[in-house]
Amino acid sequence: MHFLRTARAAATVVAIFTSTAFAQNKPPEIKIGIATFLSGPASVFGVPAKAAAEMIADDLNKKGGIGGVPVKLSFIDEGAGGEALVSNYRRMVQDEKVDATFAAISSGSCNQLVPVAEDLKVMNFMWDCGAASILETRKYRYNFRTQANGTPEMLAVLIYLLKTKPDFKTIAVVNQDYAWGRESWEIFSTALKAMKPDVQVVAELFPKFGAPDYSTEISRLLALRPDVVLTTAWGGDLDTLVRQAGQRGLLQQSTFVLGIGESSIQRLGKDLPEGLIVGARGDHWFLHPEKRNDAAFKAFNEEFKAKTGAWPIYPVYHMAQAFKALQTTYDKAIKANGGNWPTREQVVDAAVGTQFATGFGRPVTLRSEDNQGLEAQLVGVTKSFPGYEFKLLDNMMIFDPKVITNPAGIRSVEWLKTLKPEFAKMDVPTFKQQ
Amino acid sequence: MNSTLAILAVLDGISYAALVFLVSVGLSLIFGVLRVVNVAHGSLYAFGAYLAATLSLRVAPVSPWLTYPALLLASIVIGAVCGGVIERFLLRPLYGRDDVLQLLITFAAFMIMDNLQRMIWGVQPIFAADPLKLLPNVTVFGVTYTSYQVILLPAVALATLFGLRYFLRRTLSGAVILAVTEDREAATAIGIDARRVYFVTFIIGASLAALGGALASPTTSLVPGMGADMIVLSFAVAATAGLGQIEGTALTALLIGLTRAFVIYLHPEFEVLVPYLLMVLVLLVRPLGLFGAVQVRKI
Repeated sequence: MHFLRTARAAATVVAIFTSTAFAQNKPPEIKIGIATFLSGPASVFGVPAKAAAEMIADDLNKKGGIGGVPVKLSFIDEGAGGEALVSNYRRMVQDEKVDATFAAISSGSCNQLVPVAEDLKVMNFMWDCGAASILETRKYRYNFRTQANGTPEMLAVLIYLLKTKPDFKTIAVVNQDYAWGRESWEIFSTALKAMKPDVQVVAELFPKFGAPDYSTEISRLLALRPDVVLTTAWGGDLDTLVRQAGQRGLLQQSTFVLGIGESSIQRLGKDLPEGLIVGARGDHWFLHPEKRNDAAFKAFNEEFKAKTGAWPIYPVYHMAQAFKALQTTYDKAIKANGGNWPTREQVVDAAVGTQFATGFGRPVTLRSEDNQGLEAQLVGVTKSFPGYEFKLLDNMMIFDPKVITNPAGIRSVEWLKTLKPEFAKMDVPTFKQQ
Repeated sequence: MNSTLAILAVLDGISYAALVFLVSVGLSLIFGVLRVVNVAHGSLYAFGAYLAATLSLRVAPVSPWLTYPALLLASIVIGAVCGGVIERFLLRPLYGRDDVLQLLITFAAFMIMDNLQRMIWGVQPIFAADPLKLLPNVTVFGVTYTSYQVILLPAVALATLFGLRYFLRRTLSGAVILAVTEDREAATAIGIDARRVYFVTFIIGASLAALGGALASPTTSLVPGMGADMIVLSFAVAATAGLGQIEGTALTALLIGLTRAFVIYLHPEFEVLVPYLLMVLVLLVRPLGLFGAVQVRKI
C-alpha cells in the first residue's frame, strides 16, 4: 500500500511538473519573418503575397493559431537588395527573434539568404524563388522549398507544347535579360533538344529587364515567322510584350507560350487572345479543375478578391503553401513530442519529408533528400468564357511532380539531357474549364 | 542582312529614337541652362506616364479621341506642378553652391517621387492603349507596324526639336534664356530676371520628360521602377551628345536607336550594352560629348 501511495504521489508530481513545463514552454506567439518585394517591378508579386500573408495569419489566429499559439508577422523588403537585405534579415532573426522565415521571391535573394538562415539556425521556407541550383549544390538542414522549382515548371510547359503542337519546326525565345530569363531558357532548350532535336531555334532575344519597348524584337520575329515563341517574362514586361505583339499580329502568327503567364491573365484582359499556352508556376489556379467546388478553396479566393480586388495569382498561393507547410510541420512536431511544445530543432526535424495539403491543388511533399518541394504543375491554354472580362485556362493538364522533377542528387540540366522523345508521351489528365 | 531587314531595322530605330529623344532633350535643356543634372528627371517621366494613363482611362469611355489631349494635359500639369515645386523649393536655395548638393537633392526628389508613385498608383502594371489603337497599322514588307510608333512619335519628336530651336532662336523668351545661359551676371545686369528664367526652363524641361512618359504610356506597361531605367538611358544619350546640346541629343538618340535596332537583328546579345558602349567610346575620344564644345572661362 505504501508503495502504491508513493507511486501515485510520484505520478501526480510528474503530471503537475509536466503540465507546468508545457504551459511555461508554450510561447505567447510564433513569430514569422517574411522577405518579399514591397518595392520595384517585382512588387507585382510581393505586394499581393503580403496581402495574402496578412489575410492567412488573421484567419489562422481567429481559429486559435498553430497548436493554440497565434502567429505574428514581420516583413522585410527584398527590393532593398544586396547587403541591406541580408542586414535586415539578420536583424529580423537576431533582434526580433523570429521562429521561422519565409524567404524569398527572387532567386538572387534566396542565394543570399539561404546560407544566412543556415548560419543562424533558423528554419527558412523558400516560398517562391525558382532556381533549382540552390538545393542541388548543397544539403541544408534549415532551408526548405515549399513549392516546385524552375525545372518542373518549364518541363511541364514544354511537354504541354509537345503534346498539343507536336509538329512545330522552329522556335524563338524572348526572355528578360537576368538570371531567371537565362536559366528558364536553358532548362527549356535543353529538354527540347533532348526530346525533339529537329527543332530549329531561330532567335534568342534577351531584352533588358524592365524594357519599355519590344518593337524591334517583334519586327524581327514577324520577319522570321517562327512556329512557336516562348517567353518566361513576367509582370509589366510580359504585359508590354503581349500587348505590343498582339497589336502587330505576332500573337496570331506564332503559337505563344507564356511560361509563367498565369499572373498576367487578369491584367491583360481582352488584350490576351485565345490559344496561348500558359503555365501556372505550380498546381494552383483560382478555378482549379479539381478544387473549384471545394468550399474552403472558394472562400479563400473570394476573401482575397474582396480584400485586393483581384483573384489570387501564383505568389499568393505560394505564400499560402508556406503557411500550410509551417502549420503541418508544427502539428507534426507537437505530436512527435507527445503533445508538448517542441523545440526549434524538433520543428526542423519534423519539416523533413513533410507532406502537406495545400487546399487548392494536390498535396506537396518536402523531399527528405534535398528539402525540395514536389509540387504538381498545371498548364492550360487561354480561352474566352462568358462571365469573365479576361481569358481563362482551358484544356488544363496537371503534371505529376515525381515524374517531371529531377531526382535528388542529379543536377537539373544533366537530368534533362537524358530525356528521350518518349518522355513527352506520358499520360497526363486533361481538364476542360467548366 | 538583306535590304528588306535593313529597312525594317531603320524603322524600328527611328521609332525608338523618337521616344528616347523626347525624354533626353528635357534633361539636356535643363543642364544647358541651369547646369543641373536632374536625377529626378526619370520620376517626371514616370509621373507623366501615370497621369496620362489615368486621364486616358477616365476620358476614353466618353470619346477615345479625348485621350490625345489627355496626354498633352498630363505633361503640362506634371511639368508645371512637379517641375515647379522641385525648382522653387529644392534647387533654388542651392544655386551657386557645390554641384554635389544639386545631385543629392534631385536624387532625394527622385526617391520621394518613386515612393509617392507607389502610394498613388500602386504596384500593379497599368496600361492605357487607346491612343495607340485609334490609329491604323501600316504594313512594310509584310511586317505590321503601328502608325503611332513609326509615324506619330517621330513626328512629335521632330516637332519638338524644331519647336525648341524656333523658341530659343527666334523668340524674345528664347533669347532671354540663351542670354542667361551665356552669361548670367551680364544678363542680370541688363534687367533679366535669371531666377524666373531658371524656373521657366526647368518647367519646360520637366514637361518634356513628362511628355515622353505620356507618349510612351499607350505603348508600354507602367510599373514601379520605370523612372529609374529612363534616367539612366536619358543620361547616356545626353552625355554622349554633350550636355546641353539639343540638336546633338536628337542625332545621338537617332544613332543609339539605329545601332540598337541593327544589333537586335544581327547580335541581339549586345542590345543592352549599346547606349552605354557608345557613350564610353564617345567620351573616351571626346570627353565633352559628340557635340559638346569647350567653353571659354570668364575671369
